[in-house]
Amino acid sequence: MIKAEMAGTVWKVLVKEGDSVEEGQEVMILESMKMEIPVEAEEAGVVKRVIVNEGDFIDVDADLVEIE
Amino acid sequence: MTEKSYRDYKEQIAAGGAPKYHEKNATQGKLFVRNRLQRLFDDDVFVEDGAFANIMAGDLPADGVVTGIGKINGRTVCVMANDSTIKAGSWGKRTVEKIIRIQETAEKLEVPLLYLVDSAGARITDQIEMFPGRRGAGRIFYNQVKLSGRIPQICLLFGPSAAGGAYIPAFCDIVVMVQGNASMYLGSPRMAEKVIGEKVDLETMGGAKMHCSVSGCGDVLAKTEEEAIDYARRYLTYFPQNFRTKPNAVDSKQPQVFDDTLEDIIPKNQNAAFNMYQLIDRVIDEGSFCEIKKLFAKELITGLARIDGQAVGILANQPKSKGGVLFHDSADKAAKFINLCDAFHIPLIFLSDVPGFMIGTQVEKLGIIRHGAKMIFAMSEATVPKLSVIVRKAYGAGLYAMAGPAFEPDACIALTTAQIAVMGPEAAINAVYANKIEAMPEAERAEFIAQKTAEYKEEIDVYRLASELVIDDVIEPNELRQTLVTRLAAYKTKNVSFTERKHGVNPV
Repeated sequence: MIKAEMAGTVWKVLVKEGDSVEEGQEVMILESMKMEIPVEAEEAGVVKRVIVNEGDFIDVDADLVEIE
Repeated sequence: MTEKSYRDYKEQIAAGGAPKYHEKNATQGKLFVRNRLQRLFDDDVFVEDGAFANIMAGDLPADGVVTGIGKINGRTVCVMANDSTIKAGSWGKRTVEKIIRIQETAEKLEVPLLYLVDSAGARITDQIEMFPGRRGAGRIFYNQVKLSGRIPQICLLFGPSAAGGAYIPAFCDIVVMVQGNASMYLGSPRMAEKVIGEKVDLETMGGAKMHCSVSGCGDVLAKTEEEAIDYARRYLTYFPQNFRTKPNAVDSKQPQVFDDTLEDIIPKNQNAAFNMYQLIDRVIDEGSFCEIKKLFAKELITGLARIDGQAVGILANQPKSKGGVLFHDSADKAAKFINLCDAFHIPLIFLSDVPGFMIGTQVEKLGIIRHGAKMIFAMSEATVPKLSVIVRKAYGAGLYAMAGPAFEPDACIALTTAQIAVMGPEAAINAVYANKIEAMPEAERAEFIAQKTAEYKEEIDVYRLASELVIDDVIEPNELRQTLVTRLAAYKTKNVSFTERKHGVNPV
């Protein structure tokens, strides 16, 4: 499970269910403190579930994307 | 019973504990204490004291700790190293006395002291002799505090450091932990279950990975003991023997060559992320980066490096992680790193690309203000050559924390890509004109915001700030390496003391 490292808003979701991702690939970009915060996959796998939508406010540690 | 000969005793000392404990260590990837020392030192020259400690007990050769003097990179160092084949490296009366004595030796010789820790903690059965008294275990920590900043103190954690023993790493300058074997904890999982009802495993509660990435008690996560030992040998090359001297320079090396230059990698868009490691690689001597706390508070990079052969300490915001925003943990990380470099005459280079300190309820509850104060306190007190480089942006207290102009950097240099302001344009326009924008017809808003943003950008223009002498120079990104080389050479004779007093009242 990829979690939010800081509070912010979901700006862009870059993957959808069923996509294969590589380690270090950007899966989402958050917006916080006026900065673009890339969210990367910690390990390679397949996207099982995208939990948040663009525009959602998310708190630190919120679940973002499930990879298996 | 036949009397033991000198040779019998010597053999017993060299062998350590019973074979079954050696076997157990081997299956965990642990080296025998004497093999660790062999790897650590340049050669076999090792002056050992107290090898015969507790020899009469029969099963406690050296009383479970090896202490002495050896050479690393040709320089004298003192060492204490637990022997986990002897009662799990636990501390008896003589163990503690030996550790205290090697600390006293390091103090007298003014040489670095390494703690190779692998110990279950106190021998409860011996507590009156080793725990509470004047030369009990407490004295080890007292000595560590007293030696802090006088000589480098390094902890290599190969196994547990439990309960009181966990304070040895806590008082060292740096803690290298071996993944899977090293741990720090005040109460074991068994004790946690009994006393507070928590069910948890050791790795989760106090393992190396947790401490190096979450608690910040560990600085470097090593895969093997060999890797940990090699790191310590390399780390020491950046340091002098003690606070009286400066670090040795080595032969200068050019930075690694890349196809894209700094000009190419720094995004024009202030809000976009980029990887600060790429910038660091382009300004330091090739292969010289020795990172500290790589896995902890990644939004701020801290590490030792060389520029033109000279040791430097680099603090750099990492826009790729949490936008480079400063948090409670990154401020904490910075404060310790600044103190470390300043204590041993290592010049500091601040590479700023910082939107400010994090805001919001969560970080206020965590005391971000007092943690930020720690960083600013340490940075202010640092009297080594201090260079502030505004790479892209320095907003709000971020400018202050990254050695902004008011904090006596020897120079504050802006790259042509830099912006310095209380806050970024979008946030500022919103803060100043929020009510006005709200009251406006929707159609007019975009134009108004664009106009005000343009005016604001002019106001914080980097040449305007240079014209007002806020910053000392503006340079093109590709000139950064040469500027640092020239300025570090120029500031070599800097010799100032911060102020006169007993000591400050540090925010903690």
